[in-house]
Amino acid sequence: MTASTIKLISTPEDHHLARMAALAFGLSTLEMAFPSPLPGVKPGLANIVTLIVLTRYGWRAAAWVTMLRVMAGGLLFGSFLAPGFFLSVSGALCSLVMLGACSHLPTRWFGTVTQSILAAFAHITGQLCLAYFLLIPHVGLLYLVPIFAAAALLFGTVNGLIAARYLNTEKPFNHRDTETQRKTGEPYAI
Amino acid sequence: MLSHLSLPQIKPGDWFTLFAGMAGVAFLAATLWQGGAADKAVIRSGGKIFREASLATNQTIDVPGPLGVTHIAITDRRVRVASDPSPRQYCVRQGWIAQAGEIAICLPNQVSVELRGRQRNYDSLNY
Repeated sequence: MTASTIKLISTPEDHHLARMAALAFGLSTLEMAFPSPLPGVKPGLANIVTLIVLTRYGWRAAAWVTMLRVMAGGLLFGSFLAPGFFLSVSGALCSLVMLGACSHLPTRWFGTVTQSILAAFAHITGQLCLAYFLLIPHVGLLYLVPIFAAAALLFGTVNGLIAARYLNTEKPFNHRDTETQRKTGEPYAI
Repeated sequence: MLSHLSLPQIKPGDWFTLFAGMAGVAFLAATLWQGGAADKAVIRSGGKIFREASLATNQTIDVPGPLGVTHIAITDRRVRVASDPSPRQYCVRQGWIAQAGEIAICLPNQVSVELRGRQRNYDSLNY
């Protein structure tokens, strides 16, 4: 009896998405090392990757990278299907919807920083709604809203600036370069 | 060096979003963090409600307690304990209170005055 082999066919685009999701995951792991004044207040560095992917490869790719990162994070940190995981998912979904809506803004006037700030607000809105309706249905949660909103504005602006700066200075990734990069050990570009 | 300080990646609309965000955060803080205007003073003596006085009229209320009479003054929508027979005078030295949820307690004379707004606020005592 021969063992059946399941072979998943993956395209270079899939590999690219996976690598970007891994990069985003690396950044969210990194920021777990930073002490947080309040649970839930964190820089959200992984969103820098999402913003760059959104600008270069479109909303679908950004959605893939974000959801893969959230899933992988849940599985690896053991929070999969725990309350914290659902908070991540609701925040990620809300900010993806907001980023989709942002694509209708005129690009001449609004850039990555706007996307980042609006997505950060959407993220915290999604998380707080879930927290309020499912986890802690208590009005006391309202007292934390200004703190979360201020953090979202600050980190949204900073992440947006970093992403915008990267987009202005770095060359986009080219699929044909993957093999060359792997051989020469050149650093990976998003 | 100056090129590092300039921010070409910020577009005009980004500034708009940033300032709108700041205004939004300020608005949230102002609406969600204000203690609320106080409407009435609830005066307790020996644990029971002695009187609920409106802040609209200026008046002085005399509240009897085990040590003597505590005088509570309401002036211009603010309240203070004007005099109290307690030995350490903590509630008198607390001065004027004006926000909903604030409370002055004269423990030895078992008198307290608490300010209430339209909606009851949570504090660490009744949380």
